Amino acid sequence: MDDKLEYLKKRVSAGKMSRREFVGRAGALGVSAAAANAMSTAAMAESHATPVRGGSLKIGCSGGESSNSLDPALVASEVPLNVLRHWGDTIMGVSASGDLVPRLAESVESSADAKTWHFNIRKGVEFSNGKTMTPEDVVATIERHSDEAATSGALGIVKGIQNMKISGDTVSIELDTPNADFPYLIADYHLVVQPNGGKDDPLAGIGTGAYTVEINEPGVRHAFKRNPNDWDGANRGWVDESEVIVINDATARTAALQSGQVHMINRVDPKIAGLLARAPGLSVQNVSGRGHYVFIMHIDTAPFDNNDLRMALKYGINRQEMVDKILRGYGGVGNDLPINASYPLFDDSIPQREYDPEKAAEYYKKSGHDGSPIILRTADGAFPGAVDAAQLFQQSAAAAGIPLEIKREPNDGYWSEVWNKQPFCASYWGGRPVQDQMYSTAYLSTADWNDTRFKRDDFDALLNQAKAELDQTKRKALYSQMAHILRDEGGLICPMFNDFIDAVSDKVGGYAPNPNGELMNSYAGVECWLNA
Amino acid sequence: MHPVVKLVAQRLALGLLLLLGSSAMIFGLTEALPGDAAQAVLGQSATPESLANLREEMGLNRPALTRYFDWLGGIVQGDLGIAMTNKKDIAESIGNRLGNTIFLAFWAALISVPLAIFLGLLAVRYRDRWPDKLISAITLTTISIPEFLIGYVLVYFIAVKLGWFSALAMVNDSMTLGQKLYNIALPVMVLTMVVLAHMMRMTRAAILNVMQSAYVETAELKGLSTFNVIFKHAFPNAIAPIVNVVMLNLAYLVVGVVVVEVVFVYPGMGQYLVDHVTKRDVPVVLACGVIFAAVYIGLNILADIVSILANPRLRHPK
Repeated sequence: MDDKLEYLKKRVSAGKMSRREFVGRAGALGVSAAAANAMSTAAMAESHATPVRGGSLKIGCSGGESSNSLDPALVASEVPLNVLRHWGDTIMGVSASGDLVPRLAESVESSADAKTWHFNIRKGVEFSNGKTMTPEDVVATIERHSDEAATSGALGIVKGIQNMKISGDTVSIELDTPNADFPYLIADYHLVVQPNGGKDDPLAGIGTGAYTVEINEPGVRHAFKRNPNDWDGANRGWVDESEVIVINDATARTAALQSGQVHMINRVDPKIAGLLARAPGLSVQNVSGRGHYVFIMHIDTAPFDNNDLRMALKYGINRQEMVDKILRGYGGVGNDLPINASYPLFDDSIPQREYDPEKAAEYYKKSGHDGSPIILRTADGAFPGAVDAAQLFQQSAAAAGIPLEIKREPNDGYWSEVWNKQPFCASYWGGRPVQDQMYSTAYLSTADWNDTRFKRDDFDALLNQAKAELDQTKRKALYSQMAHILRDEGGLICPMFNDFIDAVSDKVGGYAPNPNGELMNSYAGVECWLNA
Repeated sequence: MHPVVKLVAQRLALGLLLLLGSSAMIFGLTEALPGDAAQAVLGQSATPESLANLREEMGLNRPALTRYFDWLGGIVQGDLGIAMTNKKDIAESIGNRLGNTIFLAFWAALISVPLAIFLGLLAVRYRDRWPDKLISAITLTTISIPEFLIGYVLVYFIAVKLGWFSALAMVNDSMTLGQKLYNIALPVMVLTMVVLAHMMRMTRAAILNVMQSAYVETAELKGLSTFNVIFKHAFPNAIAPIVNVVMLNLAYLVVGVVVVEVVFVYPGMGQYLVDHVTKRDVPVVLACGVIFAAVYIGLNILADIVSILANPRLRHPK
């Protein structure tokens, strides 16, 4: 009975069950109404409990390799990102609700044209080596990431910086073109401030974070100790020791959580999420994010240069079926846009495109395609379930008389040999914090990763106009216009946005889902505590 | 020169040649794979300019042959080089991983080899009766089930349901031997089950073969007990094939257990190698490949030598 009661309590605290229902069902287990009422109050309060200091938190995390390094510039997967969050801070942060949060900058202002940005750097913050963090370190950090040789993942963000000036505690950054979203971009996780920007030793792992790196065994585990001089110690860094254990195998990850060897895990397979949620002592936490599973067409390559054929394929895919069968409901339908409601300034009045085999057949006929099979390349590594998704696409398109031929590619080398090279393939995009960044990364004519070869002057012009526009209403209208162009003429078929699915032990307090990324946008180790 | 010494020297020289050949082959094969380290590191986020930068930095612009001979020059002097991807010293990383792999292999062997031989002897003693059939049935079943499945089943029942042993086989330097053994209990069980049948069957077959000989019949006629006959007369003459198969399985325990490492999250060589193959980190792949080849060749040489020493006809050639 205790397990069952615990389960009911969990449902209440997660907001999945009403108090009335709880009292009723607890009554069926022999609990008096008054006691049940008190329990539900306690359960509801539990999720807002006060943090507890101490203990040793262990995270079982997928997405780590023995080739990972401590250099923030090279971070590209989940485990090194978690590691980075433990020891370092960015100048700005983005909250779970998508708002800007000042971190190492206390405040930020811009010039009227959004071209120059002034960051007031926090005083009295120390690096874990005892050195005081200065505006010079901030500038050096940005300089290092701007250096082509550093091969930083943030190069695209800092490339547009023309000039940096320090006056007192203020770092002024001048951009080559106006960008109203610049503070969001500077919140990019690669841009962790290091002493002298990491120019002396990028691998040192010295930063201003809540923890210091104690053990760094790439691909095995990373252990941290609380930084006693943490400038933000009143709000984070609850556990004494935090550890990220690399567990890439999904079954091993689940078993480790169930047997109590780790306190939380990421990437729960949607196939087992429902079953796992019923296990005692843990909860499954999912949050809709900005990552999306896509099929991409090069619109400059035949036959995809014909918009009628593109429309035929867009109508020939059953988005809801994919969400149900590939994501098992842990996700939302896409609308042939890389943007969804998780983004600020999203226009939710854009009509949802539905599966319509008749319309698809009509467009297919209009396109005059010769009826030869259209080759769709896929691999399990493109996104989880990509091969199955391609088969569902094949079936739904076949119902409209459109022949698709699936070509299965090896996982190994998929991103270097197939993606961005072959004209039609399955792919995955992690989201970006703001619309501008998503569009600039992959849909601007000059973007390096324009994987649909979408090159439109009018779209670029709108994007640049929106960049400089500080009036939010006007910006929203511009983004809406762009969304319509991309949805109706672009090369992106976006059937679904996947949820981030974590599983968390009941011993953990302070866990709050964050649409910016899995494991609370990778801050779980820094912000969670262990209930005594 | 004593013929045995000569033979050992011959074998060792041949082994070194084989090692050289296998290193060239591994290098050639990694070159033949699509993409290179720069592309694999940058993955989806590769741009032409960042690729060019990284290639320059990793020294991938030099011709393949130059890179191979540079590496060969290094390894002859005992320098395994630095990993392309995370700039860690390969010798240090491998030292750790190889230690773990050998630790696991050692304990698995310590349990499985005596057990297999004992079960083999037992099966001969009770040939065609129920103990023999039972032993065969169980060991053949465990060898036929894929090792990851045995692993998952054990994890589910023994670690998750019963909580007796650890689901994660993490080991590190700060643990006592007892803690380490507790943590690797499940993978040792799985590996034992996987290698048991092969050695047990070979023991049984080899001894049964000897049991047909005239001198065994003589021994029986002398009135020796069955177990004495098997142990004192049949077993010494069956050692050669048994040692061969034992060595093959030991080699497997060192080089072939990547799947078990993944299931139990064990920080051994296999996982280390696979991670670096996907990143096309050639120096690491070569280093691992050469070590694996050396283990394989070394154990086979050892098997040869033991079987020669166990055979009087080879030990004292005319």
